[in-house]
Amino acid sequence: MSIDLTLIWALLIATAVLLYVVMDGFDLGVGILFPAEAARAERDVMVNSVAPVWDGNETWLVLGGGGLFAVFPLAYATIFPALYMPLILMLLALVFRGVAFEMRFRARTSAGETWWDRAFSWGSFAAAFLQGVCLGAIVQGIRVEGRAYAGGWWDWLTPFSVLTGVALVVGYGLLGACWLIWKTDGALQARCRNYARVLGFATLGFIAVISLMMVIQSAAFRERWLTLPNMLYAAPVPVLLALLAWRFHRALAKGEDGMPFLCALGFFLLSYAGLGISMWPMIVPPSVTIWQAATHPSSQLFLLVGAAVLVPVILVYTGYVYWIFRGKVRHGEGYH
Amino acid sequence: MSDLLPSALDLARFQFAFTVVWHFLFPAFTIGLASYLAVLEGLWLWTDRGAYLDTYRYWLKIFAVAFAMGVVSGIVMSYQFGTNWSVFADKTSPVLGPLLGYEVLTAFFLEAGFLGVMLFGLGRVGPRLHFVATCFVAGGTLLSAFWILAANSWMQTPTGHATGADGQFIPESWLAIIFNPSFPYRFAHTVTAAYLTTAMIVGAVGAWHLLRDRMNERARIMFSMAMWMAAIVAPMQLLIGDLHGVNSYHHQPTKVAAMEGHFETERRAPSILFGMPDADAGVTRGQIAIPGFASLYLTHSLDGEVKGLKAFPKDTWPTNIPLVFWAFRIMVGLGMLMIALGVASLILRWRDNLYDSPWLHRFAVAMGPSGLVAVTAGWTVTEAGRQPFTVYGLLRTADSVAPIAAPAVAASLAAFVVVYFVVFGAGIAYLFHLFRQAPEAGEHGPPQGQPVRTAGITPAPGLVNRETHGAEPRQAGIRP
Repeated sequence: MSIDLTLIWALLIATAVLLYVVMDGFDLGVGILFPAEAARAERDVMVNSVAPVWDGNETWLVLGGGGLFAVFPLAYATIFPALYMPLILMLLALVFRGVAFEMRFRARTSAGETWWDRAFSWGSFAAAFLQGVCLGAIVQGIRVEGRAYAGGWWDWLTPFSVLTGVALVVGYGLLGACWLIWKTDGALQARCRNYARVLGFATLGFIAVISLMMVIQSAAFRERWLTLPNMLYAAPVPVLLALLAWRFHRALAKGEDGMPFLCALGFFLLSYAGLGISMWPMIVPPSVTIWQAATHPSSQLFLLVGAAVLVPVILVYTGYVYWIFRGKVRHGEGYH
Repeated sequence: MSDLLPSALDLARFQFAFTVVWHFLFPAFTIGLASYLAVLEGLWLWTDRGAYLDTYRYWLKIFAVAFAMGVVSGIVMSYQFGTNWSVFADKTSPVLGPLLGYEVLTAFFLEAGFLGVMLFGLGRVGPRLHFVATCFVAGGTLLSAFWILAANSWMQTPTGHATGADGQFIPESWLAIIFNPSFPYRFAHTVTAAYLTTAMIVGAVGAWHLLRDRMNERARIMFSMAMWMAAIVAPMQLLIGDLHGVNSYHHQPTKVAAMEGHFETERRAPSILFGMPDADAGVTRGQIAIPGFASLYLTHSLDGEVKGLKAFPKDTWPTNIPLVFWAFRIMVGLGMLMIALGVASLILRWRDNLYDSPWLHRFAVAMGPSGLVAVTAGWTVTEAGRQPFTVYGLLRTADSVAPIAAPAVAASLAAFVVVYFVVFGAGIAYLFHLFRQAPEAGEHGPPQGQPVRTAGITPAPGLVNRETHGAEPRQAGIRP
């Protein structure tokens, strides 16, 4: 039996993308919650809670994009032109936001402060929304002919992709709120519990609406989810989601610190698994599978050898860095 | 009329040039600065002299800002292959993809992960582990340079591949791909250039503050270290550049012919110092030249034959020969000035006048941006000189571009121009603000009363104690 390199790579890149979504998700979420917290001191605590790790979080985005280029060039070369505008706008939003991280603490005028705060917050909103739009556009399908994108320049913009965009803003907001429940205390933490309650149920609502729209719109998705025996394999996803929603509600009611964040991660993991079930084995739906999009086996193998060694090492030291910065972030304390 | 409008290809090229030049300004500075920080922190641990830690903290704040701008502009680059150059991406991916993948896995995660520790972790992990984090970040920047230059060098001097179906490049030997003929020269030339770029900036900032207070110990450290770098490394760079030039002459003769302004093939080829290449007429007008010199440094014989552009089909000539020609002269000219600065500093150091020579300090201040300009000019030579190919001799730029519409590229280009000037303009203005602040004893960042945060601003309790017992106990009182 030979090893299916492509399958391994598909799982690896899917993992990288998921890690990106949840990790940059919570730090984008902190920016999304900015408008709700107007006080400078609270905003400083919020940014301090992600300042040491955001850069590492964003690197998973580079690995997702770079990995696609390295291993699934056909997907890279067709998805990216198809999502030309939302991707470029997302990158520009990340530019604003990334520079604001360093600059907002150093602004010398109050106008400067306000504008760097806006750059951080609006950049976070825009990046989250546009990532959601990209996701929606991919799920809807991308027209490929030969080895190139064959659709129009506005194909990505549909009611469905706008909906997924809004959903991701809400979802990232939830991750941000739960992260802050974990990392802060006092009045800020109490308010974050309220945000998390609202955003949590909004997120679950969006998951339900989007799932429904997917099965209504696409016969392929219906077949995956609503016919036997597929239904039996797919059923654990909604069931687990319901259990998790109940646990999330309890965690907020009981005032637990870490559990809401874990539950929110669970929401994302299950939604992601649901997407995987819907799309498998397409990488560029509706027509390109992971095997058709894959690069030459020798390239896959060469990079896999390194990834097998390096990814565990990266996970270990990333975990170590998170551990170094463990504990609550408080007013006027920052990191020292 | 439609001829006057730029095509999608032109716009995509310009967009790539614009974003990559902006991007590379930051790593050109931070590659050197990361190593400099590691050396400063190492010196502090070794000698326990507080001024080293002050200097470290001073540059750490600057590093944080420059690095953030490098990261975000770099993410743009990694996505632009897909959006604007998808055909190139599809064809070269089997070769270039794993190289860039290794860059992410070995370098980016290392830098990003330990940057947080470097900026915020001094009190949490202790000085020694913190030094390890600084070294990891510095090592990460060098690994990043290794992989990206392997990828770029392969595009300049492709080896180790076969051509597959659909015109894809299929890897055959990874060793041959990574260690392609021009890689060692290009890697050495670029890393050395990055070190010199940092030395010029650090030297200029040190000199600026020496002009105001020649007793400032931190400014002395910066200036002295930067001048050692200029004195030793700038002449080395001349040698490396020469070897790189000979290598390019063998592998990319049209590029070297454009750099030299040679259209005719000749023995005893002159080195044209100044002139105006005219590609249509096939001559370089108004030459000021040294006879036989080009033959000497390209073939290492006064009598050697040097090929001119006319020896090659015209559709393989670089598309903008005057640009290549002049960018090369700017790079070499600035390199010569750096050597002059280094030599002058050696003489004054020997006479014990290094910190008391305002003219040298003014010269060093004027040379501050020279590294960045020289690096940009150098990359212009290498990239514009590679045209009209993306993979030299094998894949044309015109056949690499994505099937995109000109208005889409024009709109995104306009957005890039506006956002880059606003965001990076503000960032760079802030860097200048930091440069202007004198490096103080007990350096800890912005004025007090601001919210506590970032970039080594808050001294760790452990460090205050350490310094109390260190060489300069008087500093300890300054710290909160």
